[in-house]
Amino acid sequence: MVGRILGAAVAAVIAVTTANAAEAPRAPGQEWSFDGIFGTYDRNALRRGLTVYTSVCGACHSLDLVAYRHLGAVGYTEDEIKAIAAEFEVEDGPDEDGEMFSRAALPADAFAAPFPNEQAARAANSGTYPPDLSLITKARKHGADYLYAMLIEYRDEAPDGFELLDGMYYNEYFPGRQIAMPPPLFEDGVKYADGTKATVAQMAWDVTTFLAWAAEPEMEERKRLGIKVLIFVLVLTAMLYALKRQIWSRLH
Amino acid sequence: MSQPTWKNPIVAWIDYRLPIFTFTHHELVDYPTPRNLNYWWNFGSLAGVVLVIMIVTGIYLAMHYTPHTDYAFASVERIMRDVNYGWLIRYLHMNGGSIFFAVVYIHLLRGLYYGSYKAPREILWIIGVLIIFCMMATSFMGYVLPWGQMSFWAATVITNLFSAVPLVGEEIVNWLWGGFSVANPTLNRFYALHFLLPFVIFALVFLHLWALHVHKSNNPLGVEMSGDADSIPFHPYYTIKDTFGLGVLLVVYFGFTFFAPNVLGEPDNYIEANPLVTPSHIVPEWYLTPFYAVLRAITFDIWFIPAKLIGVVAMFASIGVLFFLPWLDTSPVRSATFRPVYKQFFWLFVIDCVVLWYVGANPPEGWFIPLGQFATAYYFFFLVILIPLIGFFERPRAVPDSIASAVTAGADPHREQS
Repeated sequence: MVGRILGAAVAAVIAVTTANAAEAPRAPGQEWSFDGIFGTYDRNALRRGLTVYTSVCGACHSLDLVAYRHLGAVGYTEDEIKAIAAEFEVEDGPDEDGEMFSRAALPADAFAAPFPNEQAARAANSGTYPPDLSLITKARKHGADYLYAMLIEYRDEAPDGFELLDGMYYNEYFPGRQIAMPPPLFEDGVKYADGTKATVAQMAWDVTTFLAWAAEPEMEERKRLGIKVLIFVLVLTAMLYALKRQIWSRLH
Repeated sequence: MSQPTWKNPIVAWIDYRLPIFTFTHHELVDYPTPRNLNYWWNFGSLAGVVLVIMIVTGIYLAMHYTPHTDYAFASVERIMRDVNYGWLIRYLHMNGGSIFFAVVYIHLLRGLYYGSYKAPREILWIIGVLIIFCMMATSFMGYVLPWGQMSFWAATVITNLFSAVPLVGEEIVNWLWGGFSVANPTLNRFYALHFLLPFVIFALVFLHLWALHVHKSNNPLGVEMSGDADSIPFHPYYTIKDTFGLGVLLVVYFGFTFFAPNVLGEPDNYIEANPLVTPSHIVPEWYLTPFYAVLRAITFDIWFIPAKLIGVVAMFASIGVLFFLPWLDTSPVRSATFRPVYKQFFWLFVIDCVVLWYVGANPPEGWFIPLGQFATAYYFFFLVILIPLIGFFERPRAVPDSIASAVTAGADPHREQS
């Protein structure tokens, strides 16, 4: 009896799940360098991704939770970090006269935000607010796959019968399928220092890697430590099991 | 059970004035334990260890966290990015909550299967139910602290439930909020209570253990220990068995913490709370979804009582009914091992809980609504109707005279394999 009811319940659940999946397509799974328990961030993609962020995304999207000094953890030298920071201006102060002033960013500063506040950002973007990108891959389901698919899957025209609102763009993977952000990436939109050809797919791939790092800068250390901890606990547990058997054998 | 004599003069001096060493010896070393406990009996001590891990990691988090709506989200991210091993402490705490509930739910179902709540262990069981209530309140308030979207909206939905109270509902909700919406005063008090309640749980655990040590552990046969042959000393037999079990639990716990720290959470909680944007699906953490499913199962008014009020009452009753279990169960036999009918319906109940868990995690539409209603109906039908009835009509199998006789005869199906 239990078996029959269980079978019916499982069938009902499967029927419901498949019906639901038709709503929002799951972005195709990609093979990221940072997947899996040994995953690391591809350093070259990271460097190229930083270029894409600063010259494209950074024009509208802030990265408030990441500081320039954090780049040291992924192989940037101190001088490189200083040079990257110095390209940006941040507001500081008040100085001894009580005035706010502008200065070049330092490694300790967070990435310079494109707008001073949300109102300014909305005013410059026809009323929409470009979200901060510090946690974007963690704040979406299958974040990296989603971000990559969203960036490359813009369509020039919405399918027949789809009501596209004024000033919106059709995007298969964005919730609601329309997005206020114009297609951000164009072939050769940035110039890569390492000479890689800047195709749309390449730029989307690189900036996704960069933003995945921005969201989880601790990931490499976490996985490295995790492997050591798990090996230790597994060996310890095996020995505890042997000891348990030995102690309990006195009873039999 | 001999009185220990302490050779160390300092230990002897202290013990003569405060017999803490003798007490420990009696309760943790000599303590007579049934010889036939299976691995389901590991989960009580595991819950205790996880509670300690939660309190320790929680105190370290509290040193770096800022309970203010403007800074809470950023302070959690500062812990993740700039505090030394802050990510480890925070992920241990975050996943520790899930592990705690998983362990406690297994512990509860074990009690349900083997009839551990029956006389003379009713108070022991009731304290356990109180602990689960406190855990739910604690975890709910803790979930609000990172001040993400799901934090804010879960707080809004759950506190709003109290508006269903007749006449004074609105006043109660405003009193809970400390204002007219979930805002800074709400976050402040949730933080204070989230810090306090674990110590209340700790005190309840102490009472739970005290009550346990009066009549000692139940066991898979459900017959009381009746002689030296039935029991073995807690140390070394159960100290080593519990430690081995802890090792297995840590593999699972660390597996989540280091390699999939966010799979049990909602991505929306990495978006800072925004009272102007409602997430498309507001869902509680997985360990609370069964109760959320019960809440939403009531979609109809009964006479003049509104559906919302009935839903809230049903949700609290789904745990509250467990308080009465010792008196609802009419069977003279404890262990389901000897109860062929109860056993079947028990496993149906487990499946039912899984269905409720799944329904609660999904939006209330289409098939989920009748499925949730059916599962809710069985939940209460089993606990309130079936358990008393089965006790009357079931014909239990023969129960052995003692633990020792069953173990030596090899009749106990739950006997240790080692």
